[in-house]
Amino acid sequence: MTTRPVIRAARFVLAHVPDLVYAGSKPRRETAARGRDVRAQIRSRLRTFREAVAYAPHQVMIGNQAPEALWDLPRPWHLHSPAEAPCEGPAGAVVDQPTFYAWLARADTARLIRFDEAFVAEAGPLVRGADLATASPDALRSAVASGAEPIGDPDGRGIGVLLPGHAQDESLAARVLLENLATKATGALALRRLLDGVAGDEPVDFLLGCGEEAVGDRYQRGGGNLAKAIGELAGIRTAGGADVKAFCAGPVHALIIAGSLVASGLHRRVVVVAGGSLAKLGMKFLGHLASGYPILEDVLAGVAIDVAGDDGRSPIINLDAAAVHRVGDGGAPHQMAAVLTQAPLRARGLRLSDVDRFAVELHNPDITEPAGAGDVPQRNYKMIAALAAQAAEIDREGIPAFVRRHGLPGFSPTQGHIPSAIPYLPHAIAGLTTGRCRRVQLIAKGSLFLGRMTEMADGASFLLERNAG
Amino acid sequence: MVDLRNKLVLALGERDGIPGQALQACAESAGARVVYVATQCFV
Repeated sequence: MTTRPVIRAARFVLAHVPDLVYAGSKPRRETAARGRDVRAQIRSRLRTFREAVAYAPHQVMIGNQAPEALWDLPRPWHLHSPAEAPCEGPAGAVVDQPTFYAWLARADTARLIRFDEAFVAEAGPLVRGADLATASPDALRSAVASGAEPIGDPDGRGIGVLLPGHAQDESLAARVLLENLATKATGALALRRLLDGVAGDEPVDFLLGCGEEAVGDRYQRGGGNLAKAIGELAGIRTAGGADVKAFCAGPVHALIIAGSLVASGLHRRVVVVAGGSLAKLGMKFLGHLASGYPILEDVLAGVAIDVAGDDGRSPIINLDAAAVHRVGDGGAPHQMAAVLTQAPLRARGLRLSDVDRFAVELHNPDITEPAGAGDVPQRNYKMIAALAAQAAEIDREGIPAFVRRHGLPGFSPTQGHIPSAIPYLPHAIAGLTTGRCRRVQLIAKGSLFLGRMTEMADGASFLLERNAG
Repeated sequence: MVDLRNKLVLALGERDGIPGQALQACAESAGARVVYVATQCFV
């Protein structure tokens, strides 16, 4: 029996973890090169939880504001965000560092964390009932000298340390395990959030992981299936799981596969999950410091997306209009845009102008521009608009208006796979159900060449359409 | 206009801009010798 697959809901959790910014790849490398002054500079520009919650792009991520509201908000947005805002919204929540640490503790099934005795005494209800291994400050310092990773500000008070998983295995080094545990915890936070709010009584049949972590030991570096570990931590017992790996294009590939699994009748409910990227915390911090900005990359982002059979209401994943970038396709930006946006539309007799909104990589430009990386979504929208001009749907002068009408401002934290189209999903679902939208195209790209196995890039797209019932 | 004949070129491409391989092809067609080519992703 086949059914049309729909996306019922998407939830995002942003874990505000200022004390883990130092563990990001760029801050770590700069500290190694220039000393502890780097940490002092970072520390002076970290945001409070209240500031991170009220930050307008974060309010868009959790669904309290529409993305379009950012068009009219002067930039940089941290200077024009309200002083207070709710930490919960219809599309998710921003959680504070103690909450994240409590989930990190629960995620540590290998019992490699040694907690600071004082932290456990003060943490109270957050870790109540957990059987935590503790150590004295002297023992923690000694562990760090032997390869353990501090959890928290290395110059200040952390919660403890993470021990290596094996003395000689680089794949189980403490800093690698901390990345993976952080991903697991944030993925589980998002999954739990989804299931607490959406059809909690319906079993999940399958979990599809789509993050960019590499879980495994030295004999299977990147062996994966973090999806099952995330499910276990979130308290799910009914689901199997597997991971889809495609760099930043992973989530859109995973949604196409999830839709196919549901359409085939193999599974009734598939949840696409991913946790955040510890390595990308503070990635652009030098640009932020130079511009007098706060450190804007201080959140880990988790996501959970609910794919199920046709309920007569939720927007439909149109698998006939799904596209992938093939090995033989060109890799130049205009070629990729044509393959992923125009070609699947043309095959269904649609024009680019027939799509209400294109969701591309939605990186927050306030994060990328101070570091010289430009406004990523606007570059992508100009390319799509140029294709529309080339196809004589609009004239050249109409490109800016096309970008405004069919594009979006970027609002996602630079968490790798997270910005790739999916942050718009909660808003797209609203627009395609209670709003006036008819179709939204989600487009993701992945930089495969970064792994040195190919010169190729990758991409995937699909059309999300209003359900006529 | 720069004459690239017999020049050594470092071709640094960007994922959302011009890929390194495209820069390489253009430079070589203009007579340059490309000694390094890479495409970067800045997000």
